[in-house]
Amino acid sequence: MSAPLLSVRDLRTEFATKAGPIKAVDGVCFDLQAGEILGLVGESGSGKTVTGFSILGLIDPPGRIAGGSVRLEGRELVGLTNAALRDVRGKQIAMVFQDPSATLNPVLSIGAQMKLALDAHGRSSATVARERSVEVLTRVGIPDPAKRLDAYPHQFSGGMRQRVAIAIALLNRPKLIICDEPTTALDVSIQAQILTEMKALARDMGTAMIWISHDLATVSSIASRILVMYAGRIIEEGGVAEVLRAPRHPYTRGLLESLPANATPGQDLMQIPGSTPSLLNLPPGCPFAPRCSYADDLCRTEPPRLTSGSRAVRCHHPLAMEAA
Amino acid sequence: MLGFIIQRLLQSVVVMLVISLLVFLGVYAIGNPIDVLISPDATQQIREQTIRAYGLDQPLWKQYWDFLRRLLSGDFGRSFVYNMPVLQLIFSRLPATLELTLVAVIGATLLGVPLGMYAGYKPDSAISKGIMAFSVLGFSVPTFWIGLVLIFTFAVQLGWLPAGNRGETISVFGVEWSFLTLDGWKHLLLPALNLSLFKFAMMVRLARAGARETMLTDTVRFARASGESEWTILRRHVLRLIAIPLVTVFGLELSSTLAFAVVTETIFSWPGIGKLIIDSIQTLDRPVMVAYLMLVAFLFIVINLIVDLSYAALDPRLRIRRTA
Repeated sequence: MSAPLLSVRDLRTEFATKAGPIKAVDGVCFDLQAGEILGLVGESGSGKTVTGFSILGLIDPPGRIAGGSVRLEGRELVGLTNAALRDVRGKQIAMVFQDPSATLNPVLSIGAQMKLALDAHGRSSATVARERSVEVLTRVGIPDPAKRLDAYPHQFSGGMRQRVAIAIALLNRPKLIICDEPTTALDVSIQAQILTEMKALARDMGTAMIWISHDLATVSSIASRILVMYAGRIIEEGGVAEVLRAPRHPYTRGLLESLPANATPGQDLMQIPGSTPSLLNLPPGCPFAPRCSYADDLCRTEPPRLTSGSRAVRCHHPLAMEAA
Repeated sequence: MLGFIIQRLLQSVVVMLVISLLVFLGVYAIGNPIDVLISPDATQQIREQTIRAYGLDQPLWKQYWDFLRRLLSGDFGRSFVYNMPVLQLIFSRLPATLELTLVAVIGATLLGVPLGMYAGYKPDSAISKGIMAFSVLGFSVPTFWIGLVLIFTFAVQLGWLPAGNRGETISVFGVEWSFLTLDGWKHLLLPALNLSLFKFAMMVRLARAGARETMLTDTVRFARASGESEWTILRRHVLRLIAIPLVTVFGLELSSTLAFAVVTETIFSWPGIGKLIIDSIQTLDRPVMVAYLMLVAFLFIVINLIVDLSYAALDPRLRIRRTA
């Protein structure tokens, strides 16, 4: 296996509060190969979005990266100055957000916004910037792109707006795009289009992606590998097919069972009892123990460790690997 | 767009009509101008003659109609005190107020907006706290007191700047301007500073609130994730996003200062229209009061129209939909 594009080791991000530090990301480790699409799954507050922002160094006070390492092609990003990080942002690693109507600036034409994103990495002439913008807009499937450059975000539909945001992310040919729930705010049919589009992009341009989502169904249709996060930690890791067919962590299984597609029509959806624990007041043992039907005394006192290998789980009593 | 302007102009005509009625009722119908015009020991015959000469024996609606007709033909009458046409009197005083107001409001904006944005950008820094403390001062300390302190400090104690009057002026197209000479600027500085303090404080607080809110939006995060510099983000994104309230307050402050710079003009014996109106109220110089009130109403209407038009320039979402 070649050297990974991105290598995250023991990443820890904390937010200082009056009641003490909140460990939003607590020792996350993973590798990402060039062109690979990695799914990062978890409920709200599981630390998946903060993980994405931490990779780019976009953590605002009172938050800070408390430790660990993020290496992009061997180069350490944690601890870089803001100016050095700015060269990485957009150029090496780009990001797409959840709600395109909130990310695009409503008072600037999309051409002007694309010029700003381009100029952040070396000024280019208006003509060159226009050409490059038209090129990426065409790539993401915006009809009549040359004309649309002078349009404003409110003149696009939601799906088209997200395509524009993706086009802006593509402008400087990044090696990695972090997608933070980019389809959550869209209609289901548009979701499918964007997913297909992004898959094609990764395939054609060799762009790696980290696909952050709470929705296992979307992730499973685009990613090849999945990381499941809970309370700031990775609790299960593996290939998409393996994790979906035979989840080893009770939490992952809970997530899968609560998918509408797996429900019997007419019956209530399965739920995971309880809610995500407060990160300020985590139980001493496994953070999932209070909600887990398999938990015993060991789970309540001793935090489990993540097993090593590409099919990993953080559980004292992992579910059996079912014979396929 | 043209339709909008025409509609607004028609609205303005109605507003001016209503104001003329209010001014007429307020100044002409309430109280008896005859007692001011003739000496108390005049004979009954002279009294009746004067009443007839001024048309005061006519019914109220007829008086208003005559008043309106004279206004429309541009006849605002003659000042009782200065014995010259009122329009000429007002336009001899207007430039002084105009330059004082423009210097004060523009100065306050050019200084207040960047400082306010800085305070919103770095709310916890010592400089920001200093800016905000100063703005509280600008809000809460009365204008007349600051004016006196300024005169006492810079004119009396230090002797750097003159305490009053316009200084040397240069005539352009028959209008005297102070801001074209160094001496004029010296005279302008203290009253402008006095007048601008409140507006400065207002701009600081507005810009700070806007910048603070905008810095937390996904638009700014997305721009950061694209590698744009903080300077670009503040100048190209944040400033544009907070422009509408700033322009609104700029327009309001400009109109109200033009109309009511009275206190400052009195303290610094600045020969503007604010001082003129106070003088004419004291001497019951009714034609001057009427013309002044009509002029102020007209200025408010014009400035508000310009502000409304600038909204469309600032925010594409407010532009009237053209057929694409």
